[in-house]
Amino acid sequence: MSGMVGGIQAYQGADIYELSPATREPKWARYTILGLSLAFFAIFLLMPLLAVFVEALRKGWDVYWQAITHPDTGAAIRLTLLAAAIAIPLNLVFGVAAAWCISKFEFRGKQLLITLIDLPFSVSPVVAGLVYVLVFGAHGWFGEWLSEHNIKIIFAVPGIVLATIFVTFPFVARELIPLMQAQGTDAEEAAVSLGASGWQTFWRVTLPSIKWGLLYGVILCNARAMGEFGAVSVVSGHLRGQTTTLPLHVEILYNEYQFAAAFAVASLLALLALVTLGIKLFIEWRSA
Amino acid sequence: MSIQVKNINKRFSNFQALNDISLDFPTGKLVALLGPSGCGKTTLLRIIAGLETADSGQILLEGADASNLHVRERQIGFMFQHYALFQHMSVFENVAFGLRVKPKNERPSEAAIRQRVTELLELVQLGNLAKRYPSQLSGGQRQRIALARALAVNPRVLLLDEPFGALDAKVRKELRRWLRQLHDELHITSIFVTHDQEEALEVADEIVLMNKGQVEQVGSPLEVFRHPATPFAFNFLGTANRFDGKWARSGVLVSEDLLPLPPTQAIHTHLAEGGDVIAFARPHDLQIETNFEAAQGVRAKISRILAFGPMARVELSHATQPETYYEVDVPALSIASLNLHEGQAVRLRPSQLQVFPAG
Repeated sequence: MSGMVGGIQAYQGADIYELSPATREPKWARYTILGLSLAFFAIFLLMPLLAVFVEALRKGWDVYWQAITHPDTGAAIRLTLLAAAIAIPLNLVFGVAAAWCISKFEFRGKQLLITLIDLPFSVSPVVAGLVYVLVFGAHGWFGEWLSEHNIKIIFAVPGIVLATIFVTFPFVARELIPLMQAQGTDAEEAAVSLGASGWQTFWRVTLPSIKWGLLYGVILCNARAMGEFGAVSVVSGHLRGQTTTLPLHVEILYNEYQFAAAFAVASLLALLALVTLGIKLFIEWRSA
Repeated sequence: MSIQVKNINKRFSNFQALNDISLDFPTGKLVALLGPSGCGKTTLLRIIAGLETADSGQILLEGADASNLHVRERQIGFMFQHYALFQHMSVFENVAFGLRVKPKNERPSEAAIRQRVTELLELVQLGNLAKRYPSQLSGGQRQRIALARALAVNPRVLLLDEPFGALDAKVRKELRRWLRQLHDELHITSIFVTHDQEEALEVADEIVLMNKGQVEQVGSPLEVFRHPATPFAFNFLGTANRFDGKWARSGVLVSEDLLPLPPTQAIHTHLAEGGDVIAFARPHDLQIETNFEAAQGVRAKISRILAFGPMARVELSHATQPETYYEVDVPALSIASLNLHEGQAVRLRPSQLQVFPAG
């Protein structure tokens, strides 16, 4: 959130910079820089996005419609939504709790906790997936115990949910920590001195002041949860209609040379990205 | 309600913030905790409020030990330096907060809350701003809302952390007077923290002067200003000219010059002759002797004369130690009558001198 505010100020700064003849750059310099960045944007960002939709509709609406209404696609959508529906609330609670204790309290090992929260960002998702296989897989640490009790985690839905939680772990906490640190503890102390309980302080004072940052974190978390490929791919086992999420389903279709169908499903993910960006813009506008 | 502080100690890692502080805050008085930044005054205020815990010692509220009482049970109104208003609530909701969070059986009805908040907003003269948000208020208005919010729960004590610190000079002066009047109306035991001696002298009934985690002096503003108990107190409260020298019965020997003790002043019998002393004189307690050949007085050279108002300020430096500065206030008229000018060599004699043993 602090980043957004900074961005807006920087924009106003640029405006002043451009208006003054004393600081204005020559026209050719401005157009070259603008042209370069627009070209880069068009080739690397806009073109792939357009390509997804063009390819998806290459064989017409009927094929497109068939692809996205296929039972396997439906199963993939449901699994993706389920994984997100479990991962996001968990990360929401964990993220708020972690950010709360990191920004409002002093304790030993605080730096270690901050570093740990970042672990999913720094480790390759494939490694994360493999770790779960090693721990919960048939030949893993708990493999025997799990199979004795008839619990299946790897190559099943729980594994996918676990992998999703792992990769989306930092989003909410990372968004809230700098925000809550900047806000300090004054408002909470004021609330307590006025007689509020810890619970009341959280609901009436802390939560309202972080709500936009929180929503922003949840949106990013959601985008990652639905789009995750690497970690989920390792633990999924690629059982069609059972353990494939949307990104995995795209890969399967593509490997089977069903390009139109693959792009059709991919277009759903692209749409999700656009919706995410739209909500993100709205939040930035509201919280500015 | 009376507040007593007994043998409070507080350490922050290797920094002794408060060193065995014992104080008595009488009921209904407005007391200033005065001192330079880092002297521990805010820490002491926060310990009284319960926002910070002391390493040892006791806080007594109305004679009862409150050391282990939770902040929310102490019934203390605390005003934060930057007000800490709830940004997402209107002014009305800010003030109503303390009433709304009360347990169900104690919480006033909606109508009673409305009435109480309206009363308080009238009291701080901001009744027309109830619907505004904190970000739409000026600094002075925010401060008054913060005060109204603290008063809403009928606190037994009011604690104010640098209440005027974040305001510009003009508003500050106005609000000082207003706070004093408000206190005279409400008579609620209040403590405020400040680093501004003028503010403390002007507003408080009593001043607690602190330095380096210790209490230097306690007394009424007049007492503390007129009779500073320590060199620190003298220096901190108003401008002071400092003379380092040796005690010589009839005065202080500053290098070779005798700074004579005024004849009206009592002899300091507790000082050892020839011992190192520090003497202080206020700018208006020094006189300029134009006869440089006079037998007594510290030799100095006038470096600047600032004559704007009815009083002129003369800045001088010591004749042989040019990095030692003095300030003397004289009536503007005597600049002309004494024919003072920059660069002139003169002698300084005190009409009032306070002498402390050095070290």
